[in-house]
Amino acid sequence: MAQFLSRRLVLLIPVMVGILLITFAIVRLIPGDPCVAMLGEKATPATCNAFRERYGMNDNIMVQFGHYIVNIAQGDFGMSLRFGRPVVDLIAERLPMTIELTIGAMIFSVIAGVGLGIVSALRRNSWLDTLTMILANLGVSMPVFWLGLMLAYLFAIILKGTPISLPPSARFTAGMGLDSLIKVWQLQNVGGFQKFMLDFISSLSLSNAILTGNWSTFLDGLRHIILPSIAVGTIPMATIARITRSSILEVLGQDYVRTARAKGMRESMVITKHVMANALIPIITIIGIETGALLSGAVLTETVFSLPGIGTALVNAILGRDYPVVQGFTLVIALVFVFVNLIVDASYAYLDPRIRLE
Amino acid sequence: MTDINLSLFGEIPHKRQTPLVEAFSRLIHHRSAQAGMVMLGFLILVAVFAAQIAPYDPIVPIKTAKRRDVPCIHLLGCPAGQPEHFFGIDGNSRDLFSRVVFGSRFSLVIGIVTVSFAIVTGGLVGAMAGYLGGWVDNLLMRCMDVLMAFPSLLLAIAIVTVLGPGLINALLAIGIVSIPRFARLIRSTVLSVKELDYVTASRAIGVPSMRILFVHILPNAITPLVVQGTLGIATAILDAAALSFLGLGAEKPTPEWGLMMGEERNSVFSAPHLLIFPGLAIMMTVLSFNLLGDGLRDVLDPRLRTE
Repeated sequence: MAQFLSRRLVLLIPVMVGILLITFAIVRLIPGDPCVAMLGEKATPATCNAFRERYGMNDNIMVQFGHYIVNIAQGDFGMSLRFGRPVVDLIAERLPMTIELTIGAMIFSVIAGVGLGIVSALRRNSWLDTLTMILANLGVSMPVFWLGLMLAYLFAIILKGTPISLPPSARFTAGMGLDSLIKVWQLQNVGGFQKFMLDFISSLSLSNAILTGNWSTFLDGLRHIILPSIAVGTIPMATIARITRSSILEVLGQDYVRTARAKGMRESMVITKHVMANALIPIITIIGIETGALLSGAVLTETVFSLPGIGTALVNAILGRDYPVVQGFTLVIALVFVFVNLIVDASYAYLDPRIRLE
Repeated sequence: MTDINLSLFGEIPHKRQTPLVEAFSRLIHHRSAQAGMVMLGFLILVAVFAAQIAPYDPIVPIKTAKRRDVPCIHLLGCPAGQPEHFFGIDGNSRDLFSRVVFGSRFSLVIGIVTVSFAIVTGGLVGAMAGYLGGWVDNLLMRCMDVLMAFPSLLLAIAIVTVLGPGLINALLAIGIVSIPRFARLIRSTVLSVKELDYVTASRAIGVPSMRILFVHILPNAITPLVVQGTLGIATAILDAAALSFLGLGAEKPTPEWGLMMGEERNSVFSAPHLLIFPGLAIMMTVLSFNLLGDGLRDVLDPRLRTE
């Protein structure tokens, strides 16, 4: 297992270099003078010269790339042009929101998807099976932002006043919010990586609630995240349900299942011992593949539900020409995606020992 | 040795269908492919005859209409005195039905153009990687890995950041993002066919490589390409709608479905009809391509056939 992981990590290095290249190139490839792009049209040649010196743009492009990598390694992602704050701070504040949304959506899509898939497979060709497959087809065909808007309308307007009404936007109700751990614990002189980690943990509502005991805010946040999680998770749920169904059907047709039943094994034992582990392999693969869709869906849904995550910040940064933020956020999302894929590969290798030999 | 009198069995009909005809007849009888083809046919008709079907101009505002007015359908009870607007009026006093109808043209073109670009470019990359092998293969496939390391929408957003917003740039971005899928497909076909006897024989008698590639190897890729291409059109339409929704794709006043929803996203509680209909249109279009693609996959993939 360790060998498998180390081999995967080594293969990851060229991919990481490529990701860094692409994010580096994003800003450099924008047509027009970067000085004018970043400082505005009124920048004088003297200001531009100073700007170029400061950001090392007069150096060789390879040197610039080297500086870029060194800066990233040290945690310096640049300064936001719009907010004048380090991009790292913005990441620490906004990434937890996106992670919460992605995790919420993943929990919903996996539980609902696998559940529906199992029920469909075991009750093959019943009305439930047909209905589930039709809904699954519809599910993968609808735009995620449309689903979010429709759900918001349904739960906020049509079901308004009922016990199951849900708030349609924002992360918390007005007036509520998460307290920074630095403030609550009254820490002094916190900088660098420590500050990043503390800010990050403060912005994750679950860890914040556990560490500061702020349960009412946590529950409020939970209420606000249910609807976006369902919106983001429905489409992957549809794919997972389909793959679960076909995977279980395929395993049920295998010889070893027939042998187990012929031996007289209880059906529940057949399912748990033989069917589930083998059926899980394609399911885990698809969950990994769908994580990309979950991340993209999170980016889109955040704008629909006005959640303060990476998605809204990224879109605003692109439209507002805040290039360091675009660069930093793209890099972070790509890194998260790569990391999640690595975990999925590892769990895949754990479930199917044959993969470890590859 | 007794001769078996074969005439006892009667004339055995010697039906020779070409694989293409056989595949097509299987497709016609496949249930979900039927639904997909009917919907797609309807969509193509709507796109082609948009100018005849749409009662109003999709871009010019109607001066007498109230903005974000609810739909008025005479058959469903709207008083005959009011002008009929099946889907209502949008935020710029334009008839939504006409805009949705013209939007079908954009969506079809977007899907077909992006996937064609991705197939041609990805095909070239995959064919070179598969046929030449060695360091070329390694380098090209690492590049594809890097492209696939980003979630596809995010990479498209990054590309649009560089190129600037606009429909053409959005198409290019989505096309680039779709390249790895087709490159891998063609590469695996080339790899699996490259060492077969008939290819080796062609090489031995001196057939030039280009000819071997295009005439002998690549036709094997047509089946998976058709399936992936159809499904790819569905994804491309969704991605283009997403980019336009965010304001990074089609620009006003283009009647593109995603853009229509992006412009009116804040009216979801006051004028939901402005969002329901373009979204339904996207869903129906993507569904038709998905159903057709699934049907094609069931029909054309020999491994899934149980006969």
